Amino acid sequence: MSPDRDALITGIGLISCLGQGEDAHMAALDAFAPVVDSAKFAPYAVHPMTALTLAAQIPKRGDQRQMEPWQQIGVYAAGLALDEAKAKGDTALLERMDMIVAAGGGERDYAADSAILAALPTAEDPERYLNEHLLTDIRPTLFLAQLSNLLAGNISIVHGVIGSSRTFMGEEAAGADALRIACARIQAGQSDICLVGGSYNAQREDSLLHLAMGHMMRRGEYAPVWARQADGGGAIAGSVGCFMVVESRAHAAKRGVAAKAKISGVLTDRCGRGPGQSAAIAAAQFAALGGKADAAISAASGATGPTADEKQFLDGLGLPVRAVASAIGHSLEPSFPAAVALAAMSIGRGKLFPPLDPAEQAFAGAPSRLLVTSWGMWRGEASALVQAA
Amino acid sequence: MTDTDHLGRPIVAITGTGIATSLGLGKEANWKALTAGVSGIHEITRFSIAGMRTTVAGTIDYLDMEDSSAPAMAEKLAGLVTEEALAESGIGTPGDFPGPLFMALPPVEIEWPHRRALAAAAGVNEGLSYTDLIRAGENGDFAAWYDRFLFGSVGETLAARFGTKGSPIATSTACASGGTAIQLGVEAIRRGECQAALVVGTDASVNPESLIRFSLLSALSTRNDPTAARPFSKDRDGFVMAEGAGALVLESLAHARARGATILGILEGCGEAADGFHRTRSSPDGKPIVACMQRALADSGLTPDQIGYVNAHGTGTPENDKMEYVGIAAVFGDRVASLPVSSNKSMIGHTLTAAGAIEAIFTLYTIRNGVLPPTINYETPDPTLPVDCVPNVARPAKVSHAISNSFGFGGQNVCIVVGAAPE
Repeated sequence: MSPDRDALITGIGLISCLGQGEDAHMAALDAFAPVVDSAKFAPYAVHPMTALTLAAQIPKRGDQRQMEPWQQIGVYAAGLALDEAKAKGDTALLERMDMIVAAGGGERDYAADSAILAALPTAEDPERYLNEHLLTDIRPTLFLAQLSNLLAGNISIVHGVIGSSRTFMGEEAAGADALRIACARIQAGQSDICLVGGSYNAQREDSLLHLAMGHMMRRGEYAPVWARQADGGGAIAGSVGCFMVVESRAHAAKRGVAAKAKISGVLTDRCGRGPGQSAAIAAAQFAALGGKADAAISAASGATGPTADEKQFLDGLGLPVRAVASAIGHSLEPSFPAAVALAAMSIGRGKLFPPLDPAEQAFAGAPSRLLVTSWGMWRGEASALVQAA
Repeated sequence: MTDTDHLGRPIVAITGTGIATSLGLGKEANWKALTAGVSGIHEITRFSIAGMRTTVAGTIDYLDMEDSSAPAMAEKLAGLVTEEALAESGIGTPGDFPGPLFMALPPVEIEWPHRRALAAAAGVNEGLSYTDLIRAGENGDFAAWYDRFLFGSVGETLAARFGTKGSPIATSTACASGGTAIQLGVEAIRRGECQAALVVGTDASVNPESLIRFSLLSALSTRNDPTAARPFSKDRDGFVMAEGAGALVLESLAHARARGATILGILEGCGEAADGFHRTRSSPDGKPIVACMQRALADSGLTPDQIGYVNAHGTGTPENDKMEYVGIAAVFGDRVASLPVSSNKSMIGHTLTAAGAIEAIFTLYTIRNGVLPPTINYETPDPTLPVDCVPNVARPAKVSHAISNSFGFGGQNVCIVVGAAPE
């Protein structure tokens, strides 16, 4: 492949409990202190989204009102990425910019759901009651705030990215595959520039309900991802928005924009999670990415089984590791893109942030090759190699 | 014919297809009904329609399933059509498909029967809240529902069952999803990542809440009889929700030839364009619709003159049909009056996420069988949309190249070009 077709990151929009943008994230990680809300959804803690001035990225109040928070987070992060890539408002560029979004869906109208559920057991005709109350109690446009593809739709409307629009669904794997396809298309000449990423709102009772049914969440006090494995484990969800502008080297050069880092490869796979299967996939991915890295950024969720297995695999590589969910929480769809973004920032500034967990080793030099790994809570194994541009 | 296209890329062949709609299971039953002008739209019986504005849909009622949740039914349908497509293609061995899986899947969420069960398990009536549901969810034995309502579980199940390679991708671009899934497969083969790809569009989300959600957006017909879907008619008043699935085995022509497979047709090109105008309405100038058709033609190396048939998105909403006509007129110029443009949705309803895959397959069979499926219920032409919609009765025609349009709610548009198998 010609170096002209290298997939470079020219813009990152990252928002989380640590703040917004690169400076806020690097500063918070350099002097790490957990940002956790343990009260609102007790017994579960969450990493809450930093306070956002929505109008900074979503100027029209009408647009803001048409979105639930998970979409607002994504549209906001997408705007930051476009700003940094010097693409915001460049209509000619945005009209041919591709987009791949990793999205979940939702969120529910909690008051309407709860009222209907409370009334159904005593309703004379429960089916009719449900139909009639769904028709009258749900606001007509709520559907649009729930549809998975409407995060992308809102990015098209608010920021004008309309070259193409694809939405992938499927938890952690969707985020990894979004990035993989974006890079593969650029490397193959099928695309020149792509906005790629996703968003997740952890401060949502409907998604916490889903995680609770799977017994995926940690109950009780915050502890970093690896340390908490000795104490029941479990994920602590975190609200995260992460989008990146990825473009070919030739395209970035023509536009005269600087790159933060190069995504040398993204590999994704699945298995039924039999003994050793995930580790075998991860080992093959690492080998295919060159088998060499200065350190690893892990998107491990904290969920008990896969996190312990991923730790064992990473220990085997002997690399310094950073499990970034210790700081920003686990965010499903954007978790892998966010880990790649933090890797790119570290490479761009020539310094890896300090350990976030007692089990993590220090790393003093300037990293030039960072491995990024993601083993989904339920399925999906992904690896990326991020290098200096 | 060489194995590469006008841009030197591997040509993508279609070597297997499978279909399920309200008209029946399998290609033969579907094609027979579709060309006979049969409507699959009927009154909903799966759940109570008491109090509903819209009471008809193209539901699939021939699956015998204990779990009628949307993802469970979508998974079942996807499995059935995949079996049919694999049998036709003869590719791989059972449980070992030599390529990736790209799916078009509707969004997944916990449904009302499950919420009600969680509420019952919570044992709270007065002042019930999500906190109570969460407590019940954690304490009860609901792990199977965690799996079921993951976005990734349908793809995981199919990937494990059919032995597709790599991470399965489930895409949602609303009503364009099937087209997007096809495009992902075409691109992967053109990149040389794989020699074959399994593409499945599936949707079984006719349930009270999704029906009501579309009702609240005033998108559904309220005619409530089997003739409710009236694409291009003056008296069209909305689309009719429907269920279905379509599977395609895509394969590089070289690979298909080398193993002696029957080439059903060629997936000649794809085009996509997003619309930033509005959440439910398309740009008044039709630019995105025009762009996606033109990009699909450019991708296939064809001119508009070479296209003999358009399988319309044709939902039967006042807005869609008008904008689709504007787009077709812009792309095809004077030919718009004579170019056959028909809508399968007049018979099968709008299969939403699956529509792009199902209708691409019907487009393929239009070419293979030399018969244009009609637009039924065309009694009152809309004088502002003077298209040849193949009114009411199927018509023989030789077609070498055809396009299939899919336009999504939320502004995602995809156009697919299908061509005849090489002689």
